[in-house]
Amino acid sequence: MRFQGVKTIMTITAALGAASAAYAGQPIDGAIGFQPSATAEAEQINFFHNILLWIITPIALFVAGLLLWVIIRYNSKSNPTPAKFSHNTALEIAWTTVPVLILIAIAFPSFPLLYQLDVEPTTTTTASGEVRELTEEDWITIKTYGRQWYWSYIYEDGTDEPLEFDSNMIPDDLIDTSLGQVRTLSTDYPMVVPAGKYVRLNIAASDVIHSWAMPAFKLKTDAIPGRLNQLWFKADKPGVYYGQCSELCGIRHAFMPIELRVVPESDYYAWLERSKISIDDGVAYLAQIQPLGETRLASAQEF
Amino acid sequence: MSTEPTIKREAVADHHSDDHGGPKWYNPARWLFSTNHKDIGTMYLVFALFAGVIGTLFSGMMRVELMEPGLQYFGSPDGGEGIWGNEHAYNVITTMHGLIMIFFMVMPALIGGFGNWFVPLMIGAPDMAMPRMNNISFWLMPASFALLIMSMYAPAQATGSDTGFGGGWVLYPPLSGLTGHSGSAMDLVILSLHIAGMSSILGAINFIVTILNMRAPGMTIHKMPLFAWSVLITAFLLLLALPVLAGALTMLLTDRNFGSKFFVPEGGGDPVMFQHLFWFFGHPEVYIMILPGFGIISHIVSTFSKKPVFGYLAMAYAMAAIGFIGFIVWAHHMYTVGMNVNLKAYFVAATMVIAVPTGIKIFSWIATMWGGSIDFKVPMLWAIGFIFLFTVGGVTGVVLANAGVDHVLHDTYYVVAHFHYVLSLGAVFTLFAGWYYWYEKMFGVKYNGFLAGLHFWFMFIGSNLIFFPQHFLGLQGMPRRYVDYADGFATWHYWSTMGYFVMLIGMAFFVVTMIESILRQRKAEANPWGESATTLEWTLSSPPPFHQYNELPRVK
Repeated sequence: MRFQGVKTIMTITAALGAASAAYAGQPIDGAIGFQPSATAEAEQINFFHNILLWIITPIALFVAGLLLWVIIRYNSKSNPTPAKFSHNTALEIAWTTVPVLILIAIAFPSFPLLYQLDVEPTTTTTASGEVRELTEEDWITIKTYGRQWYWSYIYEDGTDEPLEFDSNMIPDDLIDTSLGQVRTLSTDYPMVVPAGKYVRLNIAASDVIHSWAMPAFKLKTDAIPGRLNQLWFKADKPGVYYGQCSELCGIRHAFMPIELRVVPESDYYAWLERSKISIDDGVAYLAQIQPLGETRLASAQEF
Repeated sequence: MSTEPTIKREAVADHHSDDHGGPKWYNPARWLFSTNHKDIGTMYLVFALFAGVIGTLFSGMMRVELMEPGLQYFGSPDGGEGIWGNEHAYNVITTMHGLIMIFFMVMPALIGGFGNWFVPLMIGAPDMAMPRMNNISFWLMPASFALLIMSMYAPAQATGSDTGFGGGWVLYPPLSGLTGHSGSAMDLVILSLHIAGMSSILGAINFIVTILNMRAPGMTIHKMPLFAWSVLITAFLLLLALPVLAGALTMLLTDRNFGSKFFVPEGGGDPVMFQHLFWFFGHPEVYIMILPGFGIISHIVSTFSKKPVFGYLAMAYAMAAIGFIGFIVWAHHMYTVGMNVNLKAYFVAATMVIAVPTGIKIFSWIATMWGGSIDFKVPMLWAIGFIFLFTVGGVTGVVLANAGVDHVLHDTYYVVAHFHYVLSLGAVFTLFAGWYYWYEKMFGVKYNGFLAGLHFWFMFIGSNLIFFPQHFLGLQGMPRRYVDYADGFATWHYWSTMGYFVMLIGMAFFVVTMIESILRQRKAEANPWGESATTLEWTLSSPPPFHQYNELPRVK
């Protein structure tokens, strides 16, 4: 029975692994790790998390092993006469200093990663390996407001009339899976960014605290009324990525998702132009250039 | 350096005849006007059991709703209400689960219950230093609990039909302010927590005074049992942390009712300031919940390994270090609020330091067992289970301490899994360990070890099945406090709920064990554990006399 159970789980896992190839930035049923990283920075976090996993798992197993050994070797049957010692200075020094060393080892990758993620980059390495300064041309700035219970996006382009729209969840009964829509994750007007560009996202809220989160990018920043928070990312591969509000904000907290479309730069500007005239035209254009069919999404998975 | 305190028993035997008995148990005056630390301890334990049942039911309502994607009980697919209300009701249940388990289950049981019962017994004191204050400390708790339950039926908003406060146990404004909850429910929550806080502060003062002044002759602070140490440190944490919560709650109260703008951005206030104040209380609070358990585990491990505690002084000062560091790490709960990166770096470093004294404790417990002659009696099962599960919860804490990784994991089920491993599988396991260790001492009857063992095993398997898959959900991005979730989270939510049912079977065995022990009335011995149970409470009868130590024990 038990063996069969294990086999079933393995079969399910394998099937899920195969199915997962079709989706980029959304949860995969039965998965046990992070969503695939969609940015270079997310991959660095993933790498660091793997290091941590390789440290903490042996520690937990080591403690489990010691406990098992003690249970087997020092139970009242195998060891009827207990020892009386209660001190061992060398051992005590060891189990104080070794954890300190392990923590220092963790700190070495942890702090540079923290600063790198937090501070906007000023240089980039081109395909030919040259390092060049980033200019404002490399950046686009978007502002988002968390509101009860949807996200508003403002595409600030220096003109008096920036593109502004609200992004609401598509209700369950209107979800059309043939269009690649996903229950509780898809929105009517998704946020769109160009692939390969640096995106600066200014985040605020107008009522209570919300949190803008994008698991595939491993990003999360709170949207707080009266505060302007900021995060940045550069997504290279086109695709669709889903996130969800991550700070309890009231009755419909679970129903204000973030749908983020990463499209090629030229398509992005075409979408922006169309959307400024009519946001529905923009969405129609998006459906045309990036239909959420499996083939197109699989390419995003390859990252 | 002093060595392991071996307590020589003199002049403590033969005091059972001094039992004046007190009023009969069915006389309400015995409980309402009680100044007896053991009776007050019993009331705390009964109160915690009662609150624990409600808190467990609430968690069951959440798990059942989350068993499958979509809305089942807290709402219906057509947008209407489910049998348990709407999505707001789910948020209320989540909030109440957290508040009840923290303030009305774990704290009353470990500090009020076991602390009251065993601190005086262990340090050789006849009672607490301020018995009447002890009485008011307890009786504030039912009042506070009543206010909290009342809040569930008070209006959430000034308009509309929703009731209860559904803003999470962290009470962040503006959601807990007039913007989010303009109704009276939140005011009742504030009053409830104010009163619970007063109760805890009075209790903490009582413990500090008792432990510093009423130790038996010869019991220096470095000979004091580790449980008394743990309660002393916990009491200091309570005394320093709770007034900060009270301050934050008062500011929230005046923001809501008297036009102040402490946390109201449009009036120049700052919601993040509340988070700083809250977590300055909130982080020590989690150590308040676990430190008494550390003390209990030390006694149990030593008793059943038949060996003195390894590294007694290191154990005591590791707890003091954990308590101290607990006050300087609070903002690791707030990495995503947009904090200065240097500040984040400081909190990363400070937080990781906690792993060192915690490691000392884990390894010292194992070293206590090493070379021992271990009896796997029921309390020892819980203690060993605790040591392993607390380690699992501890190492995921090291992951979360790193702000670089925490950004993706913050407010996901990974955090839920982490803190339930250290609290639900940590603090609660120490609670049951203590319960089965001292049950016969407190109530004078034996329990059936086989039934209690079943309680342990079902609980162990069940709660692991609840919480281990939640790590996977968190890594995949499942946010906390969601009544409904994307279909991609379905499998592990299903298994998590299955784990809840297994845990419930364990709780059923707990009830059966208790009923069996009450019905059978097997008279307990004064010391069922043998001579390795060295602390003073084992020198008394089971149950101890109504007043003990009329002649103080002398400790050499």
